Amino acid sequence: MFDLTGKKALVTGATGGLGGEIARALHAQGAHVAISGTRREKLEGLAAELGERVSVTPCDLSDAASVDVLPKDASEAMGGLDILVSNAGVTRDQLLMRMKDEDWETVIKVNLEAHYRLCKAAMRGMMKARWGRIVGITSIVGVTGNPGQTNYAASKAGMIGFTKALAQEVASRGVTANCVAPGFIASPMTDALNDEQRAAILNKIPAGDLGSGRDIAAAVVYLASEEAGYVTGQTLHVNGGMAMI
Amino acid sequence: MSDVFDRVKKIVVEHLDVEEDKVVEKASFIDDLGADSLDNVELVMAFEEEFDIEIPDDAAEHIQTVGDAVKFISEKTA
Repeated sequence: MFDLTGKKALVTGATGGLGGEIARALHAQGAHVAISGTRREKLEGLAAELGERVSVTPCDLSDAASVDVLPKDASEAMGGLDILVSNAGVTRDQLLMRMKDEDWETVIKVNLEAHYRLCKAAMRGMMKARWGRIVGITSIVGVTGNPGQTNYAASKAGMIGFTKALAQEVASRGVTANCVAPGFIASPMTDALNDEQRAAILNKIPAGDLGSGRDIAAAVVYLASEEAGYVTGQTLHVNGGMAMI
Repeated sequence: MSDVFDRVKKIVVEHLDVEEDKVVEKASFIDDLGADSLDNVELVMAFEEEFDIEIPDDAAEHIQTVGDAVKFISEKTA
């Protein structure tokens, strides 16, 4: 099950902890992965770790022109593009009343607009191949909201709506579009929390622990697989029971 | 012109899986040949590749019939 041998996958934000785990998981299932991000040396490090079947395709997702050509670059490097995982994301947290236009624009541009551009550029090849998998990494916050994150929550909710519309457009061509919505995932950021803060968070998670990048990566592997071909327009929540939607 | 028509016809027959004799100049992709809006987009993509031309979105919107496609492509490749 979930064999991805011969599939070509592009993962954005692969320099981050989550993106790295997603790339590793897709690769472990046999896929050729193109890893993208802004820090080339980190990408090279991951590429060295993975060994074969990996291409390094750096890209700044806040630059529209670069985003437009990324799927083409990745496709040329790998000889096709079957799976697109939009994982890159940024936060510019601030209460709405203090939020600067720039904070709003950056978050929408990187988290939502880049996904639109990547999907659009990847779609032609997928339609022709009559096979494609789009996986957007959204967030629990896009569904539940979170104070201080109006921009981030809007971008992540936007991705969910976008996915539902796109899924309907291309379903008849063997292309699926879905989202994975992580809850609280262990990261350098959560490692920095003190015991009290940590306890407060864990108190809200029925599973009693933070999630890991591998939990998210496993959900991505499933949605990218042949076996998930009848699943489209969905958001798979991976949050230890923190929100049941 | 006839060469363009034949190549367009071949693409339409293959893509929409219709009888060859139904693909006449006046045939509308959607009304007569059973295409949906996504098929139209894909046909335009196929024409672009076959004839190595670019069909801008506003032009693509006006390509409703086989004849429209043949006319546009003939002008582009003339």
